[in-house]
Amino acid sequence: MVKRPEHREIDATAGRDAQVDATRAWVKRTFYGETIIEIWDLDFFYGRNRVLHDVSLGIPKDGVTAIMGPSGCGKSTLLRTLNRMYEVVPGARATGEVIFEGENLLKSDPVILRHKIGMVFQRPNPFPKSIFDNVAYGPRIHGLRNRRKLADLVEDALHRAALWDEVKDRLKDSAFSLSGGQQQRLCIARALAVRPRILLMDEPCSALDPKASDRIEHTARELAEELTVIIVTHNLQQAGRVSDNVAVLLADGELAEFGPTRSIFESPQDERVADYLCGRFG
Amino acid sequence: MTVDQEIQKEQAVMQERRKRSMTQWAAFVLLGIGSLFGFFFLAFILYWVISQSASAISWEFLTAAPRDMARAGGIAPMIVGSIYITGGALLVAMPFALGSAIWLSEYAWKGWWLRAIRIGVNTLAGVPSIVFGLVGLGLFVFVFDFGVSLLAGMCTLAMLSLPILIRASEEALRSVPRSFREGALALGATRWYMIRTVVLPTAIPGILTGSVLGMARAIGETAPIMFTATAFMLSNPWPTSLFEKVATLPYHLFGLIKISQHYNETKAIQYGTVFVLMVVVTLLNLTAIIWRTRVRRKKAW
Ligand SMILES: Nc1ncnc2c1ncn2[C@@H]1O[C@H](COP(=O)(O)OP(=O)(O)OP(=O)(O)O)[C@@H](O)[C@H]1O
Ligand SMILES: [Mg+2]
Repeated sequence: MVKRPEHREIDATAGRDAQVDATRAWVKRTFYGETIIEIWDLDFFYGRNRVLHDVSLGIPKDGVTAIMGPSGCGKSTLLRTLNRMYEVVPGARATGEVIFEGENLLKSDPVILRHKIGMVFQRPNPFPKSIFDNVAYGPRIHGLRNRRKLADLVEDALHRAALWDEVKDRLKDSAFSLSGGQQQRLCIARALAVRPRILLMDEPCSALDPKASDRIEHTARELAEELTVIIVTHNLQQAGRVSDNVAVLLADGELAEFGPTRSIFESPQDERVADYLCGRFG
Repeated sequence: MTVDQEIQKEQAVMQERRKRSMTQWAAFVLLGIGSLFGFFFLAFILYWVISQSASAISWEFLTAAPRDMARAGGIAPMIVGSIYITGGALLVAMPFALGSAIWLSEYAWKGWWLRAIRIGVNTLAGVPSIVFGLVGLGLFVFVFDFGVSLLAGMCTLAMLSLPILIRASEEALRSVPRSFREGALALGATRWYMIRTVVLPTAIPGILTGSVLGMARAIGETAPIMFTATAFMLSNPWPTSLFEKVATLPYHLFGLIKISQHYNETKAIQYGTVFVLMVVVTLLNLTAIIWRTRVRRKKAW
């Protein structure tokens, strides 16, 4: 059986409410804060292929949570469950509960959900539009047409993504005129312009050189001051640098360990996690 | 194994190899001759048409209306008519084609239903064009009561071009990277908003080139318009209204050969008409190709 940390101390036979309360208490104690998302017994299927097994996890509101694990273990899948982006894959199905703002987000309206939970993808994917229009895309979805307000929002988002100084004189240029790292920060700005509560990042640096990665990491850290950042990463050093908490998935889609980054890196409870952290597999 | 045996074996292998390379050679030569023939036929058609039409081609031929029972003058009204009828067909067909293509590529991913529709569209593409001619006659000329007219011809040609346009548009839509769609959806766009603001603008150049190619295919069609729209030696050859008959290039040729009493005297004009038709088709194709390469070069993803 997987060790699900919050379950170690939680009575599985207690009622759902009691379990939720106990998880919150556990997270509060362990991470000194509140949870923003609680995942309960999440199973995930691509057709008949089961990718996530019984994942339960309370994600702290503050700081950066990293999701790690060997390739193909379901990190992206877990992340995409949180904003329902998995639904673009025909036959993909999630069961269980993912509580966000008091509701099971697996049952809520994905369009509204995605306003609150933004996402940055593995490869920068700006639209073939101008820099300004890329950032303004989200606000425009909500019908914001006022030029002044749009301009303010765009500037603010670009500031927060640490891109403003580089692009302030060329907002009308195509987004593809930017470098890879700048494009990725543009995508971060684009996500921020919708003012999400959570920002999901799926290996945001994997297509970038070390210097650009560095800036993204820095940005992620800064953003964590104002919203919850959940980042998937392959890279142990990166996880060590950016994350406050880390969840480790194993190859069969089980959550092996979850806790503060420091304590998991220094003294993993699960042997397989220890192996993974030493680079013995994955 | 003795040395002799080894040598024999070696020789056998070499022989096998030689045989194989002989068949390769034979295949190469035969296929080469085959392709040469194909090329030769094409060159021959071009040569034939150009040499036969040389005496007819002149500035007047391209800019004037036919005179003297089509034995003199030009074919300008037919060029204009052909462009009108195919351009109009494109305008009529495009909304339907675009709608179907969007639906097929963006919404319908449910197994057999989609496959059935796609088979239907492909079957439509294989229907002989004269069938469209008859259906157009029944539907547009009589039921909709457009009469034998430019409009009826446009609608019939539109039906005929629909499968090509659907396929071209669908291809253009599908070539929009998935990451664009995901980017838009992840920002909280609805599916339709995403299609409208990201997918369509990205696909438009591809859709337009596809439709120009479709137009190039349709402009030479005779069967769909000969019952529904076109006529030979109209009293006023220039197209004036949607509800009147129209002169077209392919049907003008048909008329010169099968209707006119002066078959022998109009030979150069017949070939001239064909030559102009070929030039128009080539120009359309060239436009599409140049356009496509330019868009491809500009594309940064
Ligand atoms: N669209 C899909 N259809 C079917 N199976 C999929 C699909 N996407 C992923 N999978 C499968 O689900 C499993 C988990 O994939 P996922 O992309 O979540 O892994 P990951 O941990 O993000 O891997 P990586 O580190 O390589 O990005 C893999 O075994 C993969 O084969
Ligand atoms: Mg992944």
